[in-house]
Amino acid sequence: MEFQFQFDWQAAIDSIPFLLKGIPYTLLISFGGLLIGFVLGIIFGLLSINKHWFLRWPATAYIEIFRGTPILVQVLFIFYGLPDLIGSPINPLTAGIAAIALNSGAYISEVVRGGVQSIAKGQTEAGLSLGLSRTQTFWSIIWPQAFRRMIPPLGNQAIVSIKDTSLFSVIGVGELVRQGQIYIANTFTAFEVYFVVAILYLAITLSLSLILRLVERRGLASV
Amino acid sequence: MTHIVEMKGMNKYFGKLHVLKNIDLTVEQGEVVVIIGASGSGKSTLIRCVNGLEEFESGKLVVDGQALAPKGGNQKALAEIRKEVGMVFQQFNLFPHLTVKKNVMLAPMKVKNASQVVANGTAERLLNRVGIGDQADKYPSHLSGGQQQRVAIARALAMEPRLMLFDEPTSALDPEMIGEVLDVMRELAKEGMTMMVVTHEMGFAREVADRVIYIHEGQIVEQGKPDDVFDNPQNERTQAFLSRVLAH
Repeated sequence: MEFQFQFDWQAAIDSIPFLLKGIPYTLLISFGGLLIGFVLGIIFGLLSINKHWFLRWPATAYIEIFRGTPILVQVLFIFYGLPDLIGSPINPLTAGIAAIALNSGAYISEVVRGGVQSIAKGQTEAGLSLGLSRTQTFWSIIWPQAFRRMIPPLGNQAIVSIKDTSLFSVIGVGELVRQGQIYIANTFTAFEVYFVVAILYLAITLSLSLILRLVERRGLASV
Repeated sequence: MTHIVEMKGMNKYFGKLHVLKNIDLTVEQGEVVVIIGASGSGKSTLIRCVNGLEEFESGKLVVDGQALAPKGGNQKALAEIRKEVGMVFQQFNLFPHLTVKKNVMLAPMKVKNASQVVANGTAERLLNRVGIGDQADKYPSHLSGGQQQRVAIARALAMEPRLMLFDEPTSALDPEMIGEVLDVMRELAKEGMTMMVVTHEMGFAREVADRVIYIHEGQIVEQGKPDDVFDNPQNERTQAFLSRVLAH
């Protein structure tokens, strides 16, 4: 039996309009989630290096739990598990954003912790010796320097989270992969469609890399 | 004369290590005190206690009329002291994300609520005074070590301190840049600034100090006028130290 595979360009091109409908969801879940994740990351990252154990301990527990379990399990838990607890269903979009937020928040906490701890102790001492309070020293001296160092790992996390949203096709969010699955169910052109899906992810992540590189260059020019 | 610093029976430990032993020391207003001693003798720790960068375990420490409590107690006094006491570090510790001028403007604006205009004027005046006026808009990393240290001095002076602490201000500098920093310090001393200086620059100590203090293993073993300490040390530890550092 002879087997010949021919890449069907027309099928690929035809799928694009339908697939593009998934992009707003992919972007909404990833960037909405990352925005909340960033806030969580700052809060829990700073708590995880607080001198009081009763603040440090819960923060560390959060970080370890959400770094140490698969994001797929997390989103399934939120979407199928949590409604039993709170007694009302959670819509897939909310569940997706929540999963990205909690998951990226844990990783960003570690980025924040590392960034802050990388700033030399002499900077804090200089701030304090000038009469600044600990809070003033942190926000006007330590944080701006730490944040600059956090940009590359934050960009990395953003790219990881964007790709993680592809898993949320399992809870039926109409994001990129879900759109692809629906389309293939009707056309059976899996190769072409997943190829286009991959290209679309790449377009998003490459654009982000490019923007980050520009931000980084501008930010580091002064130091 | 009024004491600006008064230490009585002050003790400091790093874990089990007894780094400052029963220190009694007073510094008068307008006095330049140079502290010398081998590395690890506790001389840096001593001046870092004055503005609370190090806590002490027991004894008395009064700075500018504010009594500090052992183990970091009395945070209110500490906050007041830090407004009145400037410090210059071995590694400069300039803020790399701010321009030279912003480095100098930061504390007056944050701590004294100085307006942008006032802080800017103060910064320009001080930077001119230390000879960095034309570099005000550069970032610290674009300056030489000597220039950075002069900016650090200007930054501390911007708070109009009543006492300046210098923690080995020239130890991280290339030899050709030591002079320019010492010149600025010499000027400050001449203008009547109260200074506590930890240094290995014996020539500077002899020329500028009103009093030289020799510390050995956490104890003040000798102090006096520079000529007396350098030319006629009484304690044999001081003699041994000076013969080592002055030999070359």
